[in-house]
Amino acid sequence: MFYREAGDFKTTYKDDNQTFPIKFDRYRYYAVMFAAFAVIPFLINDYWVNAIFLPFLIYAIAAIGLNILVGYCGQVSLGTGGFMAVGAYACYKLMTGFPEINLFFHIIISGGITAFVCVLFGLPSLRIKGFYLAVATLAAQFFLVWLFNRVPWFYNYSASGQINSPERSLFDITITGPNADAWAKYLFCLVFLTVLALIARNLTRGTIGRTWMAIRDMDIAAEIIGVNPLKAKISAFAVSGFFVGVSGALFFSVYLGAVEVGEVFGINKSFLVLFMIIIGGLGSIFGSFAGAAFLVLLPVLLKNVLVGGLGWPTDLAAHLEFLIIGALIVIFLIAEPHGLAQLWRVAKEKLRLWPFPH
Amino acid sequence: MSDTFIFGMEVFLNGLMAGVLYALVALGFVLIYKASGIFNYAQGVMALFAAMTLVGIMEGRVPFSHLINAIFGTHIHHFGWHLPAVFGILFTVAVMAGFAWCVQKFIFRHLVGQEPIILFMATIGLAYFLEGFGDLMWGSDIKKLDVGLPQGINLLIDETTFGWFGYGFFIDNLDLVATVIAALLVISLIIFAQYTKQGRAMRAVADDHQAALSVGISLNFIWVMVWTLAGFVALVAGIMWGTKSGVQFSLSLIALKALPVLMLGGFTSIPGAIVGGLIIGVGEKMFEFLVGPLVGGATENWFAYVLALLFLVFRPQGLFGEKIIERV
Repeated sequence: MFYREAGDFKTTYKDDNQTFPIKFDRYRYYAVMFAAFAVIPFLINDYWVNAIFLPFLIYAIAAIGLNILVGYCGQVSLGTGGFMAVGAYACYKLMTGFPEINLFFHIIISGGITAFVCVLFGLPSLRIKGFYLAVATLAAQFFLVWLFNRVPWFYNYSASGQINSPERSLFDITITGPNADAWAKYLFCLVFLTVLALIARNLTRGTIGRTWMAIRDMDIAAEIIGVNPLKAKISAFAVSGFFVGVSGALFFSVYLGAVEVGEVFGINKSFLVLFMIIIGGLGSIFGSFAGAAFLVLLPVLLKNVLVGGLGWPTDLAAHLEFLIIGALIVIFLIAEPHGLAQLWRVAKEKLRLWPFPH
Repeated sequence: MSDTFIFGMEVFLNGLMAGVLYALVALGFVLIYKASGIFNYAQGVMALFAAMTLVGIMEGRVPFSHLINAIFGTHIHHFGWHLPAVFGILFTVAVMAGFAWCVQKFIFRHLVGQEPIILFMATIGLAYFLEGFGDLMWGSDIKKLDVGLPQGINLLIDETTFGWFGYGFFIDNLDLVATVIAALLVISLIIFAQYTKQGRAMRAVADDHQAALSVGISLNFIWVMVWTLAGFVALVAGIMWGTKSGVQFSLSLIALKALPVLMLGGFTSIPGAIVGGLIIGVGEKMFEFLVGPLVGGATENWFAYVLALLFLVFRPQGLFGEKIIERV
């Protein structure tokens, strides 16, 4: 009834190629953007920002990055935690080494450095495939975490081995450090997420996205029809590394403020982001958002219901969370391999025909 | 003879022993991979779960007692019996067989014909599930496991080597026992695979699913059997590691140690798992001994992976793996 193309005439190629060709989608998108930028910042407080919004925004960036690599290019990576650590430590070194430069640029450059490291570890993907590659990326995970733990230069020889985010501001508004306002942190991350999501969306719609998908669907066939596998795979690793690096830098500087690498960027972080894109939907930008939202909200919800509502001990709730996440992964892989994004697509298809399905 | 050389030899021997344990975990992977093409990430958690179940049964803990107590406000925790290790092991094998059946029935039956990487991700989900399930069932405290295996320094080796070099080697009795048991397990697995009816059926399934199906071999049965065998191997590995350092979460991380072993040896080869395990075990101990102090130590966390990664670049199918042939 509301969701249909009828009556929405496209008169130029530009109109025809827009991201949301259906009017309802477009208005929904404008409404979400308006709410995110102009309504939510006035309503939120510290608890909401730290428990839900910041993790969601930052994990969404990481999930989009990993989705480009796994969902679009088909190269499974279990090194996300390690690459996020690269972003975080690069950001830390830049923030302490060049305090006069804007934080915004620090985060962009951290993303670039991570992209470079990611490409280095992605080079073997030209020789090895499938879960051989997945296991090989674990090498990156363990090596990088060890490196940041053991080489004192990376944490500026601090006694605790932790890195702490110094106070930095943008346009005289404090963004990092303990004195930052909730809405400022939220908006800072939101800007990054919005811009990066738009970039990702357009990359995956264009030539480069098509070469990624060709490699994913069958790399030998893609090579035969003229896709350069070196270019496609390396560019996927680079773009994915950039996204993951930015999310790692934000995770450290804006969200946590203090990081101990083994705890925060361990192998569990890699799995968490992988689970987000499996549940959300492989090969879908919307799926990255949905998966990140789902896995950020689920623990909060469980904790509120079980510990707050029923008075269970916290460790029991944590075990149950593991059990539920594991079961959900298996259920999604069996019943809906394309994740929440596919459910959304099906719902939209139903909505197009509603209320007259024939 | 210089001291470094003698210390090096001791490290080498200890590395061999550690390698045998890695090989033991890797064996569980190879069994499942050969028969069903599933790369089972949950193997390490299975070892943890098996060891937890063994402790729980031997000490007479009530399963899910924490959950029951939380819901009904009761205070139960023990049945109040202590079983000998033999019964405990038998019961645990039965539990692992039940687990194998459930896994086959509820998960992998529905995923037949999916891409290997999807199956791999499903086993990561399974690993999370089993971890939460095991903790809910038996509690997450560090448990002591004692099935009567000897522990401590082996005095015979200590005295003999002292007589030879003037320095006694420290070799743990438990490592020696583990080596012997692992060797026995491998030999009996090979005999099982070569000379029994079920073993032959298993090899047939590994060779060609459809051909095996057409001569009347039940794929379902073979898969359940293979998962049970892997569960048994997991139990043995769980007993060894659990006796050594207590039954706790870190036990499940041995799966992560077994992955590079497999990459080195090849996913499809039992001898590969053993040789790979020995290379990794010796390699990481020697690297830590020789290079570790120069770069800050704890290189054991990543050395195996980086070695396997470098190795794969030159030989993508591993030492003993079958050549990978791809067609469009």
